[in-house]
Amino acid sequence: MGKIVDQIMQGRILVSDGAWGTFLQQKGLKAGECPEEWNLSHPDDVYDIAKSYIEAGADMVETNSFGGTCFKLGRYGLGDKVFELNKAAAELSRKAAGNKFVLGSVGPTGKILMMGDVSEDEMYEAFKEQAMGLEAGGADAIMIETMTDLDEARIAIRAAKENTQCEVFCTMTFEKTLSGEFRSMMGISPTDMVNTLVDAGAELIGANCGNGIANMIGIVEEIRKANSAVPVLVHANAGMPVYCDGETHFPETPEEMARLVPELLRAGANIIGGCCGTTPEHIRKVREVLSSTRC
Amino acid sequence: MNEILSKIAGCVEFGKINRAAPYPPHMKDQEGADELTRQALEEGVSAQDILTKGLMPGMERIGIKFRENKVFVPQVLMAAKAMSTALVHLKPFFLTGEVKQKGTFIIGTVEGDLHDIGKNLVSMMVEGNGWEVIDLGIDVKAETFIEALKKHENAIVGLSALLTTTMVNMERIAKAIRAEIPEAKIAVGGAPVTQDFCDRIGADAYSADPQGLVEFLNSLVA
Repeated sequence: MGKIVDQIMQGRILVSDGAWGTFLQQKGLKAGECPEEWNLSHPDDVYDIAKSYIEAGADMVETNSFGGTCFKLGRYGLGDKVFELNKAAAELSRKAAGNKFVLGSVGPTGKILMMGDVSEDEMYEAFKEQAMGLEAGGADAIMIETMTDLDEARIAIRAAKENTQCEVFCTMTFEKTLSGEFRSMMGISPTDMVNTLVDAGAELIGANCGNGIANMIGIVEEIRKANSAVPVLVHANAGMPVYCDGETHFPETPEEMARLVPELLRAGANIIGGCCGTTPEHIRKVREVLSSTRC
Repeated sequence: MNEILSKIAGCVEFGKINRAAPYPPHMKDQEGADELTRQALEEGVSAQDILTKGLMPGMERIGIKFRENKVFVPQVLMAAKAMSTALVHLKPFFLTGEVKQKGTFIIGTVEGDLHDIGKNLVSMMVEGNGWEVIDLGIDVKAETFIEALKKHENAIVGLSALLTTTMVNMERIAKAIRAEIPEAKIAVGGAPVTQDFCDRIGADAYSADPQGLVEFLNSLVA
């Protein structure tokens, strides 16, 4: 099967999966419940999500472990189950993926280093424990995502590189400012991101979440201006959520997402998938466009 | 007196905590909010003036720059740190009643939501603008908000949510507060929240940024 980055180096465009959090909610995850706990309590539902993306044509599927550091799990009293929950997450996706790839999802800790919430060492240890659990469960790559702070991203990359054999990927989340630039919550631009993440050892970088796929085109263009070689992944939201009668709805349809895929490729993306609000149908449409264009 | 107050405002605006703090680079080796506030008190400047003519203008300037996307979360956090360092010296005067705060603001992240970065940011901005802030924390139930409102009469309440799924709880909590305390002033905020949502759930104010909330609060006591 080889490595994901090797396939990219051979010129392949790959499809990743869609949303996990919003999919779990559809399956009955309540606000205030710990999503990662479902890896043990509702393994069939978690497996179904992974499987539905593989069946939709994804080349890789993530794991249900976004909030899997001790900092997040600790808020649910599960701080001592980090390894176990992450291993279970990777095992479920591994089982669904067959010969496709598994990306072990690692989200932010929710702690701010510059405020002294935690030390760099504590953060490193938290990411290390999570990454090792994901590797033990069969993850091919560690997918560090939704990062907004460069220091946290750098520490997560280092922890995954130094303690696992997995490929290490990292994406950050950007929004458009009033003046039309892309910045993370902590003020980091895609250009700022590139060198730091690559120097830290990320083998693939990119962007996830955000306000929809249209913005991703500009973000990828900016990344490509700063680095023409590094593999780039995009996990786009299905737009900004709209709230109606007690339910949230993500407005971008599978067709709308698929329509922008050629532009994302022109901008230089190598892997395309979805984030919040995207469904297996979104991934199926993305796969169709790729099959009919160049893959 | 005006000179030292404007220096304090500058320390807050640029997040200069004390002389030893390396941030911001352009104020290296200068006195920070800590030293200047102590010095001002020693010189006989009133604690009230330090709050309203030093700290508040500094917080207002950083709040406006944040709204305009000219600075981001780290700069606001540093400003808030400088502000709270100065506030430590003013706290005794709050307790004696020598310094009057504008009112009380109760804030919490709604039930089911465990995110606190936005809520903390808002609470620091509001405090730095001369309000007493009561932070109920994360995963806060309707009853807890209502209890706090009953305990602090005339307080204004702010509900925060980051997850789209907890907007449902925000709606439920806002309505529960309204049913129990019809005259309550309720503000809502957080990434998925919009003005339209605010209107629909019967809340009184929404702002996309902390400064807008501060302006709303100030308008209630103007």
